[in-house]
Amino acid sequence: MSARRLSISQPSSFELSDSANKEINKWIKKYPKDRIRSALIPALWIIQKDAGGWLPELALRKIGDMLDMAYIRVYEVATFYTMFNLKPVGVNYVQMCGTTPCWLRGSDELKVLLNRKIGEQNTLSNDGKFSWLEVECLGSCSNAPMVQISNSAGDHYYEDLTAESLENILDELVAGKQPQQGPKNGRFSSEPLGGAIALNKDLSFKINILNKLPNAEKDTRVNYYEWDPKAKRATRRGWVDPKRKANSDPKKRSGNLGRDLTAGLVDEAPDIARPKRSSNTKSKKAGK
Amino acid sequence: MVELLKDEDRVFQNLYGFKDWGLDSARDRGAWLGTSAILAQGRDWIIDQVKSSGLRGRGGAGFPTGLKWSFMPKEVGNRPHYLVVNADESEPGSCKDRDILRHEPHLLIEGCLVAAYAMQAHACYIYVRGEYIQERNRLDEAIKQAYAAGLVGKNACGTGWDFDIYMHHGAGAYICGEETALLESLEGKKGQPRLKPPFPAGAGLYGCPTTVNNVESISVVPTILRRGVDWWTQFGRENNKGTKVFSISGHVNNPCNIEEALSIPMRTLLETYAGGVRGGWDNLKCVIPGGSSVPLLPKEICDTVLMDFDALRENQSGLGTAAVIVMDKSTDVIKAIARLSYFYKHESCGQCTPCREGTGWMWRVMERMVRGEADTSEIDMLLSVSKQVEGHTICALGDAAAWPIQGLIRHFRHEIEDRIDNYRANKPVFVQAAE
Repeated sequence: MSARRLSISQPSSFELSDSANKEINKWIKKYPKDRIRSALIPALWIIQKDAGGWLPELALRKIGDMLDMAYIRVYEVATFYTMFNLKPVGVNYVQMCGTTPCWLRGSDELKVLLNRKIGEQNTLSNDGKFSWLEVECLGSCSNAPMVQISNSAGDHYYEDLTAESLENILDELVAGKQPQQGPKNGRFSSEPLGGAIALNKDLSFKINILNKLPNAEKDTRVNYYEWDPKAKRATRRGWVDPKRKANSDPKKRSGNLGRDLTAGLVDEAPDIARPKRSSNTKSKKAGK
Repeated sequence: MVELLKDEDRVFQNLYGFKDWGLDSARDRGAWLGTSAILAQGRDWIIDQVKSSGLRGRGGAGFPTGLKWSFMPKEVGNRPHYLVVNADESEPGSCKDRDILRHEPHLLIEGCLVAAYAMQAHACYIYVRGEYIQERNRLDEAIKQAYAAGLVGKNACGTGWDFDIYMHHGAGAYICGEETALLESLEGKKGQPRLKPPFPAGAGLYGCPTTVNNVESISVVPTILRRGVDWWTQFGRENNKGTKVFSISGHVNNPCNIEEALSIPMRTLLETYAGGVRGGWDNLKCVIPGGSSVPLLPKEICDTVLMDFDALRENQSGLGTAAVIVMDKSTDVIKAIARLSYFYKHESCGQCTPCREGTGWMWRVMERMVRGEADTSEIDMLLSVSKQVEGHTICALGDAAAWPIQGLIRHFRHEIEDRIDNYRANKPVFVQAAE
């Protein structure tokens, strides 16, 4: 386990911004009323972003007050989870994955580069704009090696790196630009390099068909009409058979079988009034 | 020649994100199709179908999903039921859930509704790992879309079932992938696993009956019900049915994620989809077939082994999360395992003494083995300590820390011995083989 302590030098005051306050209150609503403590980790994360990338002790106390918790319970969580920084980090905070899958693909080269460009890990660079840390698996192993860079523009994954492409990214950041996130060797996401072997055709017409649920016990028809709260009625969404075409002869269409299609076209007996629907049934139908 | 999985039989049609992740595009791919008809079949039907599909949990342990669901109390008492989805994917080598979260979030949300309905839960929490910041924002957007379309929320899908779904996130602790640690973390505490029993199905989140499932297990359920158990069970061997997303990383020409049928031969998997091992199949040294927690397999076994739960277990390894980490002959395999030992030392929660002290001890000894500064008798001592850590902790992290070392000693003991001899004879301890 990693032993982590609060920073020795702490700011003398801490103010929570209104937007962060709002955001935390949104999170609190996700949990049952007597369990708002559940919002602790998201709240710490929001405050860390608000406080410039790290958690001063006063921020921890502030959260303890907001969530009605003993301070020690907040300290406990803040020191347990490794994404909470307990001392200041650079404006651009580089987390480099060094676990085996990334190490196999050459994360040592990135480490050498980061040491050269930024300096020793977990310390601020000379200009105070950068700091870096070797972290454990960031879950992008098919795109190894990779780094995550956090700054005011967000948290971005940069994948399929070489020392050269990481150097370009760092140079762009120094120049005040925000480099494009994602794989750096021309891949789109986790498909094999040089084009996907699978899933490169549109198959929706083949998989998007369901006439009857297989193995169904009850005879429920598959409902292509889903409730649309905006229209306040069921609307047709989903599958329409693309191969199905209406019969060119209107008499043979299933809905018209046995019906006299000429009826009503020629008004043979204009004096016979059409039977009127009672207003009752009409309103009933409209209500459905 | 093994028959490969056809494109139309893949559950995750947008695994690579070539198409839009949004609701309309997901509907085109079949998501949310006939969901209300599935729910209308009733709880028992859903659980029976999932049971007979033989779906085994995709999170590592391979426990039958339908059986897990059936452990929930049949009637809701005075405590509500909860569904919790484990999207805390932190196993080194594994990156499949990330692609589901960012490219197919609607399959996950639909699966949550079906699973929650089957176990009578009105609320579901999806616990996403802290580092997946963009992924969790994407999931939040998808949940909003589903709410706006009336697919979840009050009267979900017009079935009369009220269902709320929430995204929650962690903050970078591997141990929170363990189900009880995840529940502790969701309650706003340190992620330290709980003793079992009571199992989560009896007392889980907030002390209420809870089921924790992996993202992939939940996401495939609606498709299984839509296309039928017969379709699902045509893939894979007996007891290892269905398709699985494999993450291939390490020394292959084209690392990638790919959904394939279980029981595909490892060699076919690597050579078809990942462009083969760097320098050809004969350049293969060993493979970790299921994420960092399982013992590695040397080339002789990799030649013929099938990628499924039982075949890998017979070879004293495991499928785990199906994260295939490939190492070629240029690899310093002792250092690779030592790096994993450091990972487990770093991620131990510190609750049980054998794991807290043992992972650090094993890592320090492994570091000396890398340099050859050890005694041959220490190999047996390391093995014996790893056996004492294994099985003597609350959760499986102790086992997970011990198994890679046991696998290394089982298959590459001669390399460790050579290295110790070389160090004593003042020769270079590791000469990198030509690529």
